[in-house]
Amino acid sequence: MRKLPDIKAKQPSAAINAIIVGKPEKHESAFKHVTGQAVYIDDQLEMSNQLHAAVGTGQIAHGKIKKLDLTEVYKADGVIAVVTAYDVPGQLDIGPVFPGDKLLAKDIVEFYGQPLFVVAACSHQQACQAVKLAKISYEPLPAIFETKQALEQKSFIRPPHVMQRGNAAFAINHAPHKITGQIIIGSQEHFYLEGQIANVIPSEDGGVVVYISSQHPAEIQRLVAEVLNIPFSLVTVEVRRLGGGFGGKETQAAPWACLAAILARRTQQPVKLRLNRHDDMVMTGKRHPFANSYCIGFDNDGRILGAEFTLSANCGYSPDLSDAVVDRAMFHVDNAYYLDQVKIVGNRCKTHLVSNTAFRGFGGPQGMLTVEAAIDDIARYLRADPLTIRKINFYDESPQPKSANRNITPYYQVVEQNILPKLVNNLEQNASYQQRRIQICEFNAENKVLKKGLSLTPVKFGISFTAKHLNQAGALIHIYTDGSIHLNHGGTEMGQGLFTKVAQIVAEEFQVDRRNIFISATRTDKVPNTTATAASSGTDLNGKAAQNAARTIKKRLTDFVAQHFVVDKHEIFFIDNYVKFGERSISFSELIQLAYVNRISLSATGYYSTPKIHYDREKAAGRPFFYFANGAAVSEVIVDSLTGEYKVLRVDILHDVGKSINPAIDTGQVEGGFVQGMGWLTTEELVWNDQGQLLTTGPDTYKIPTVGDIPVDFRVQFFSDTPNPEKTIYQSKAVGEPPFMLAISVWTAIRDAISSISNYSISPKLDTPATPERVLQAIELIRAESKAGV
Amino acid sequence: MKNISRTIQFLLGDKVHSVANISRDMTVLEYLRNHLKYCGTKEGCGSGDCGACTVVIGELANEKLHYKAVNACITFLTTLHGKQLITIENLTENNQLHPVQQAMVDFNASQCGFCTPGIVMTLYALTKNCSVPTKKQIFSALSGNLCRCTGYRAIVDAAANIGKSMMYGISVEYEFYVINKLKEIDTNALLNLSNEINHYFAPKSIEQLVRLLEQYPDAYLLAGGTDFALQVKQSNHPLKTVLYIGSINALKFIKKHDNILSIGAAATYQHCLPLLKKLYPELAQLLERFGSQQIRNQGTIVGNIANASPIGDMLPVLMVLNAQLTLRQACSSRQIPVADFFLDYKVSDLQLGEFIQSVEIPIAKSGYQLKVYKISKRIEDDISTVLAAFYLKIENKYVKEVYIAFGGMAAIPKRASRSEKALLNQSWSEETVAVAAEQLDYDLTPVSDLRASANYRMQVAKNLLWKCFFEVNNPTSLSRVTDYA
Repeated sequence: MRKLPDIKAKQPSAAINAIIVGKPEKHESAFKHVTGQAVYIDDQLEMSNQLHAAVGTGQIAHGKIKKLDLTEVYKADGVIAVVTAYDVPGQLDIGPVFPGDKLLAKDIVEFYGQPLFVVAACSHQQACQAVKLAKISYEPLPAIFETKQALEQKSFIRPPHVMQRGNAAFAINHAPHKITGQIIIGSQEHFYLEGQIANVIPSEDGGVVVYISSQHPAEIQRLVAEVLNIPFSLVTVEVRRLGGGFGGKETQAAPWACLAAILARRTQQPVKLRLNRHDDMVMTGKRHPFANSYCIGFDNDGRILGAEFTLSANCGYSPDLSDAVVDRAMFHVDNAYYLDQVKIVGNRCKTHLVSNTAFRGFGGPQGMLTVEAAIDDIARYLRADPLTIRKINFYDESPQPKSANRNITPYYQVVEQNILPKLVNNLEQNASYQQRRIQICEFNAENKVLKKGLSLTPVKFGISFTAKHLNQAGALIHIYTDGSIHLNHGGTEMGQGLFTKVAQIVAEEFQVDRRNIFISATRTDKVPNTTATAASSGTDLNGKAAQNAARTIKKRLTDFVAQHFVVDKHEIFFIDNYVKFGERSISFSELIQLAYVNRISLSATGYYSTPKIHYDREKAAGRPFFYFANGAAVSEVIVDSLTGEYKVLRVDILHDVGKSINPAIDTGQVEGGFVQGMGWLTTEELVWNDQGQLLTTGPDTYKIPTVGDIPVDFRVQFFSDTPNPEKTIYQSKAVGEPPFMLAISVWTAIRDAISSISNYSISPKLDTPATPERVLQAIELIRAESKAGV
Repeated sequence: MKNISRTIQFLLGDKVHSVANISRDMTVLEYLRNHLKYCGTKEGCGSGDCGACTVVIGELANEKLHYKAVNACITFLTTLHGKQLITIENLTENNQLHPVQQAMVDFNASQCGFCTPGIVMTLYALTKNCSVPTKKQIFSALSGNLCRCTGYRAIVDAAANIGKSMMYGISVEYEFYVINKLKEIDTNALLNLSNEINHYFAPKSIEQLVRLLEQYPDAYLLAGGTDFALQVKQSNHPLKTVLYIGSINALKFIKKHDNILSIGAAATYQHCLPLLKKLYPELAQLLERFGSQQIRNQGTIVGNIANASPIGDMLPVLMVLNAQLTLRQACSSRQIPVADFFLDYKVSDLQLGEFIQSVEIPIAKSGYQLKVYKISKRIEDDISTVLAAFYLKIENKYVKEVYIAFGGMAAIPKRASRSEKALLNQSWSEETVAVAAEQLDYDLTPVSDLRASANYRMQVAKNLLWKCFFEVNNPTSLSRVTDYA
């Protein structure tokens, strides 16, 4: 650089006044969101030779492809290229962990709506029209759709896995009391508002640049390279932002990038593949439905002595991430409760449905819901308040060395920090649980038609990827000679505010204005070999990596100042956009110019790997989680016993985010997660016909919560003054997934309301989602049982 | 016909925008995104159910501007003629946020941001229509905007705290300027956008419409288009002739004369809401849950009838109130009860070349009670699993008159005549209701579909009769979960 920018003219005006981390900073894109200026993939400028792709699918759940006649497709208006499984230059299998996920079906269709071929045309509409013209005939094969059926036929996508301690069967059989139960837990569509989309531009040397809405740019890079049969280094993937992900774009954004890449390579033109809502719902995986059973032995107080759980997930046709999803369900079937003698079996059922995938909570919610159902059953059996039974079974509050054996999980991780007993007590008081319990009993006695329910449920959620090697991250920071800071890291921004938080962290490190930091799109050529932004880990991992990068540069600058101005390092402070040493100070920008002129490197990478974690899956023992995030919610509902309709009247949440980096963003995660969890358990029902064809393929029939569904009275608070005892970034805690499971309290509150019809003597059977129909069914059943005097 | 216009003109923001030679099937969303590259308006579902593509339309009526939020994905560009289109791009001037946008920022009401422009436009329309919106108005306005990230609380708070100084952009002078700009557009001519493939006309009068129907008897009549746009977009079959009736002012009415409430074919739900709520307070809850605000702004009551879909929420209500349809054909017209209009799934008694000019509803008589129940999987913006309407007169504990109809159950909305018979002239007692509920087994043959099973539908139908019984006997008790909102 010949001439340095004049920075004297723009000296920092205002002091920062307070620390930056912990402030409710606005989302970095808030202005762009509200003005429509935030650019999503489909908004990017197109090139004059832009092509648009659409996917042709199989119309059978399981069958051999006898004939795939694409003559009319080729002839259709605007069609430039058509690609089938036979045209894939490299690998056809795009399984993220295990093989089995096919980019395009070759001989056999394994779910209704499986991609068979892809078309590039001059417009999106032309491509969509063209794919309808294929003539395909099949030889049908027997298909399995239900988990039960798969279990009977031992149709597994991955081998079953067992976690156990002691002799659960013996403990149950010798316990004073025993209950058994089954629950069917429904699926859930991610319903990110921005559907799956990728735009691929061919580059030199046979490479490609991929613009995509994905939570995992590095995996997109790998799979596109493998499918094209080129080195990873020839593929660059860029993700600026996602219009929602929720796990749905962790692995399942990849096929669309790979298909567009093949077409781009073939046509040497940019190819954009955007799934419309119907296609997105049909072709992409969802939350795993589970069919779970439990058998619990307990004493007169309701203390669990022995427990057996069988968790069986409907994984769909391929492995995808199902192995890990079922593992996480198994890791969370204890939730907040100590299970002394325990056996947990996890089954991964193969069916002829779309391959189910990651979704906020990643199996955790399905495990947790199961034990919460069981706890309620124990309470009804003993005619006790469910909250009493919950408290009796909590892991011991830490530190409590005497009873140290009541804080070890079924996978032998010690629950070192257990704030739940205290947190739940606080919530019970703040939400007036006991007073409202009395009021609700009175209301129910007086009202024949409407019944109220109340429930408090806790959440203990393990933070870390259970595959150890994924717990790493990288970051890259450049400081330019005007003092502005360019920040990049491996995490993706999908609305959760990751970019904002990491920028706050870097601003905090340099003590400069947050607006001085520019966060650029996530790119595989800036930070390589990254992990998916998933498992709530985004800030924990990338925040630390960025902090490390910042500290590397800061150390260089400090050393430089010490040497240049001959001062002691301990007397140098970065404060309010200035660097102060002794009596003197210079602005941050001046320091940067000075450092540049004196040939100090102003660019650094940062790296982080989570300490302490290890897990031996063979032995089902170890410390898979760095720490646990906690929270609890009290929900009150009103149910119409004639129609099964219900309304959530009040929700009180007390959630543990450690020391919050950004309370505004964390509040958004808690509220949004809760409402999404509520949708999963109440109105969001996916329906397939007996041919395995999804019928609910749009928001007209698939009902996610609207504004009218949120709790009438919604109170969210953080559990204050509890820094994470582990050395996480600024002692914060992950917040993405845990609040989702707070919504279990809505489901247990509905069950509570139904149970009131039997004067709380019967625990109603209520599968999820608890649609008005299922609620009415449960009510009718409980009425019949009450009459029969069961 | 003389005085024909072949170009559509509308205000884009506040500038006159002309479009010639457009495809009749082009939606406002396609035009904005693909042709103008106005990419602030998003496509979330393409079916009018998520609100991500919400834009605001301004219309001049009686020298005043009226604003409404609509879904751009199911609004045809052709219907914008003579109107003002406001998109997210029009809200910000010199990087100065509109108060709605500022509130959304201040309350952290965006996360991924994809639904945000639509929500901003919905709230923008809200502020145009209510200076200080109530909580109920806010919820009602937002009912058609899905957000998957925030859980809505922040959005509601933003809406409740939009700066009270809403003078930005709507000063009297500016409004006058827009009105004058709108007047520059010639809207008196008959709009004819026909080409070699198909015909499209937007007649200005009933007479023009009648003449066009004589010429094209199999033409499709387009009013709000909330259903028609879906058919066009999802099945892609080009219909031959479309006659847009939204430019016929003579069909945009709701008026009460003597004991009859009359609603014209082009009157939207939103337009009818105030008077309907006043005359039939029982309908308030139903109408507020009918579709979303965007759909109510576009959809017409008569369109709901003409579709003859079994899930039209108003149909059972119109049946029990003994509403009549005025059907018009060339120079003749006839009246038939709504109840006789539906023949089969989406098949009606409408003859070739005939159209529904209006629907006439008798005003509720004193001593009669109307009870309407909408049961759906989700309370807001959902298609009814069961829609039950009861209209009855109880005198001295005897049922003097009773009309019962159900929708959402089977191929057509249906009267429950055997159940009615079991109640008529009987004592209004548990015993009678039990007998009448049993009769529903014969009256109704519910379907099983993705919304609910036949069993549930039947059970709920019976239970709703019980609920009606309970409510009639306990008029002051809160007996619906929605009473607790």
